[in-house]
Amino acid sequence: MRNALPVLTVVAAVFVIWYLAAAWMNATWTLDQAERLGRELSFGEILADTMNQDRPVVAAPHQVAQALWDGVFGQKVTSKRSLVYHGMVTLEATLWGFGLGIFAGVGLAIAIVHSRAMDMSVMPWAVISQTIPIVALAPMIVVLSGAVGIEDRLVPKAIISAYLSFFPVLVSMVSGLRSPGAMELDLLKTYGASRTHVFWKLRLPASLPYFFASLKVAIAASLIGAIVGELPTGAVEGLGARMLIGSQFGQPLIMWAALMAAALLAGGLILAVGAIQRAADRRMGVAR
Amino acid sequence: MMMVVLALAVWVGAWWLNVRLARNDAPAARWVVPCLFGATIVIMWELVVRGLEVSPVILPPPTAIAARFAVSLDTLWIDFVQTVVKGALTGYVMGCVAGVLVAIAIDRSPFLTRGLLPVGNFVAALPIIGIAPIMVMWFGFDWQSKAAVVVVMVFFPMLVNTVAGLRATDAMQRDLMRTYAAGYWKTLLKLRLPAAMPFVFNGLKICTTLALIGAIVAEFFGSPIKGMGFRISTSVGQLALDLVWAEIVVAAIVGSGFYGGVALLEKAVTFWHPSQRGRA
Repeated sequence: MRNALPVLTVVAAVFVIWYLAAAWMNATWTLDQAERLGRELSFGEILADTMNQDRPVVAAPHQVAQALWDGVFGQKVTSKRSLVYHGMVTLEATLWGFGLGIFAGVGLAIAIVHSRAMDMSVMPWAVISQTIPIVALAPMIVVLSGAVGIEDRLVPKAIISAYLSFFPVLVSMVSGLRSPGAMELDLLKTYGASRTHVFWKLRLPASLPYFFASLKVAIAASLIGAIVGELPTGAVEGLGARMLIGSQFGQPLIMWAALMAAALLAGGLILAVGAIQRAADRRMGVAR
Repeated sequence: MMMVVLALAVWVGAWWLNVRLARNDAPAARWVVPCLFGATIVIMWELVVRGLEVSPVILPPPTAIAARFAVSLDTLWIDFVQTVVKGALTGYVMGCVAGVLVAIAIDRSPFLTRGLLPVGNFVAALPIIGIAPIMVMWFGFDWQSKAAVVVVMVFFPMLVNTVAGLRATDAMQRDLMRTYAAGYWKTLLKLRLPAAMPFVFNGLKICTTLALIGAIVAEFFGSPIKGMGFRISTSVGQLALDLVWAEIVVAAIVGSGFYGGVALLEKAVTFWHPSQRGRA
């Protein structure tokens, strides 16, 4: 709570700068129009006009809020213009990719911890895979899954978002599964525990705090993956497609609203994952 | 069918060799094992694609990609200059410098730091990539809009990391500087900035990938008739998949090289840090 006042100040400053930028950048268009009509505008008229243009260079915050409200509550949820509909499409791909990424990350981490050969051969490639810009691969994944006969647009998006989200999980799980010290491992050896026992009774519980810490990074990455995955699919549905449509048809407000919706979705997902993390930490008795 | 069987044989053989190599602790094994693994995958790809006669419009074999790569070197070079040098690199340098400078500026005010840090952390997690269409609208189709997207994408991770880095010195060290009668700027240059370097480089490394992603994605929203993102999306439409894969190879080399270059620089600058010592 100590941070509430500074944060609010910064957020307020952002809004002020945003409004100033909107007035400044939109004024050119207003003045052009007035000159064409041969009219002189007072400062107040210019200001009023810059706040309410149909195709603003910088949409003023209240316009974005209006467009967002329209998109979320002004349409039927099943409508193609509803942001809820597009948001759900993106959310579905994000969550599938998130799940797939967790599955792949945890699976690889378990294999890497138990096999030295896996560690040495897979780990360097996992690092390299993240330095390759996934967006270069994204259209290929879309084409390939189409060619294999997968009609559902969800699958390529989920794969792309899994590709981005598996890495943080993998890295954290490898260090988590390796976190038990020699002392603890020796203790289990004196109990005559098998490798399976060591895994279930010691390594897995020890790795859980690491696992939950990595989820926050992973969910943000999956959302980016899902949005990027929607761009080359021919812009049919989803928030990414909505942005592309707004860009191609010269409707800036659609773009701004989709961008805001994506930001809200990201915020919601991060908060949800944070809540899960805190609950898990409490259950595991990790001091906060 | 022969080729598929051969592919499986290659896999089993290479894996057996890797397991053997991983067991003895020769220093060369650190390099040989991952290279062998990578080579195995490429060979299997080649053999399976040829063996099952997969159409080249679905998945071209690596040899075809290599051939295409060799033939279209000048196209690839033009795209490289447009996307990487003009778009990604310009934006990367501008965004990172801006992030570090703003971090140093707000570091003087604890109030601003406490306000900006949570906001910056939150913004860094948002899909900033979505501003790409807006930047294309503002700055036009050419590389300026790509660089602008990259600037915004790399700014927040850099800001957050640098602010964290500037806090990395402890009171004892700052007191020592004070006993030397060092002023704010001297303390900043001689103590706090060097101490912040591991954090700064962490941010720089994260941003290498972000820069390339930003530059390529922005091209989906409009670009002149060159650039890697443009070439990839049009070539997919023309079913020239070998060219697409050649671009992906370029992206992979650039991405890994970029990251590796920053990592090398980090090694040279932060040689004193515990994470760099003991690793020859």
